[in-house]
Amino acid sequence: MAAGDFLSGVDLISPAEFAKEKVLAIQVYALLVGRSIANLFKHPVYWGDMLQQADLIGVGSLPIVVLTGFSIGGSLALNSANTLQRFGSLSLIGQLVAVGMVTELGPVITGLMVSGRNASGMASELGSMVVTEQIDAMRALGTDPTKKLVTPRVVSTVFMLFFLTIISDACGLAGGGAVSSLMFGMDWHQYWSSAWQALVFRDVFTGLLKPLLFGFIIATIGCYYGTSARGGTQGVGRATTQAVVASSILIIVVDFFVTRLTMTLFGYH
Amino acid sequence: MAAPPTPLEMPAPSVAGSAEPVIVFEEVSIGFEDKPVLDAISFRLTRGETKAIFGVAGSGKSTILKLALGLMKPDSGRIYVLGEEVTQMSEEALFDLRRRVGIVFQESALFDSLRVRENVAFRLLEEGNISEDEIERRVREALSFVELERTVNMFPSELSGGMRRRVAIARAIVTQPEILLYDSPTGGLDPVTSTTIIALVVKQRDVYKTSSLLVTHRLQDAFVMATHYFDRETNQMRALGSRAHGEVPMTFLILRNGKVIFDGDIDALKLSKDEYIREYIS
Repeated sequence: MAAGDFLSGVDLISPAEFAKEKVLAIQVYALLVGRSIANLFKHPVYWGDMLQQADLIGVGSLPIVVLTGFSIGGSLALNSANTLQRFGSLSLIGQLVAVGMVTELGPVITGLMVSGRNASGMASELGSMVVTEQIDAMRALGTDPTKKLVTPRVVSTVFMLFFLTIISDACGLAGGGAVSSLMFGMDWHQYWSSAWQALVFRDVFTGLLKPLLFGFIIATIGCYYGTSARGGTQGVGRATTQAVVASSILIIVVDFFVTRLTMTLFGYH
Repeated sequence: MAAPPTPLEMPAPSVAGSAEPVIVFEEVSIGFEDKPVLDAISFRLTRGETKAIFGVAGSGKSTILKLALGLMKPDSGRIYVLGEEVTQMSEEALFDLRRRVGIVFQESALFDSLRVRENVAFRLLEEGNISEDEIERRVREALSFVELERTVNMFPSELSGGMRRRVAIARAIVTQPEILLYDSPTGGLDPVTSTTIIALVVKQRDVYKTSSLLVTHRLQDAFVMATHYFDRETNQMRALGSRAHGEVPMTFLILRNGKVIFDGDIDALKLSKDEYIREYIS
């Protein structure tokens, strides 16, 4: 098989073109982000749409957040207990679950769950509106789609993910508590008091800063891929997949940097 | 040919048929992926006039409408709409101008998550300062114009293609715009439904004197529009005598290879010696 045959049907793109495309994509994303924030200070503000999105994103995601939070907390307790038992330190299980859930697992798992559910939803909804000219129709009717569609989604996701993460943390702690008391015979009150005492300001601050950033990432990435969708239903499908992949990766990468930043900020090394 | 009843509450614009231009294209060019689509085209639409735009698929007919609304920016040239140069306006400023222009998209582009009522009322609801009773009255009026009052609580997915197109017309006219842009309003519809849509376009032209650009590839639709008028007394579209064809404000614009090869009325079109045009209209 000649090299030409092997490459037939493959669209090759020059590195310069590729770089140009990526820079343009970042520029478009930055503009979308800037406008979605600026719209908060411009009339009209779509409070009704924000409330509707908050219901869809927040209330709609509640069951999966409760379930995953409880399961992760339980798994964390189960895994930690085995190790702690070897050192006779089973009483520390509450501390471990509390710090792990509040600083890392609660925000990240909730972010990934909401990303899978809502970044895809936003990308497919807005993408369908683009390919059926509904976005153009909205512009033609004198309404800014960024103001009407993007800003409410960004505000609602940031707001709701914050509270969903708190719920997930609480469920995780409950899951850890259930495993500790039911499977390892630990006193319920001892578990809770050790978990409670382990949390310091830095842990809570880190754990509550992350969902604000993750919510912003989920909504802006979902809306960016949705509004950039091209190529009919296939393009909408592609945008949906890309939105979930990009927002999930960004959540994990940003999580690392935020953790490092808060450690530096609070003098941890 | 029956047409829907006229809502008498809607006033006709005071200026009609004057030579004042409402849309002006000056040497406008645009291309996609290095392929020129419109090549320095110029034309003007005067107040009260309806101009039908023809051309083969991909000749840039729909692009003209999107350029006129500022939904796309040309590579070069200038476009004036209602006296304002849209090519120089920011998106923010364009929103105000677009409130004076209505558009009917090729596939209707109704918001599928909203009911017919909210679709038609969309622009009125966005204004924010119109009472609910007034919105309801104007929605009913616009829907009665297209004879679809009964669909007010339905979703677009529950409507047929022709009904969706009529709802799109109702949405476009609900604010009584000064200009209407129709993007293939009869495309993909059966002949009976197409005639109903054309009757609505003629009614809008003759009763409300709205200036319009109509993109179509169905020459017969434009010929019907050029040879018929809307009779308010009988509420029907009626044929004009052959000598009176020039009396309706209807012109034709034909595109070929990105250029305007014809811009004139039906009589000039019939007399054209251009081989392509002769073949096109035969």
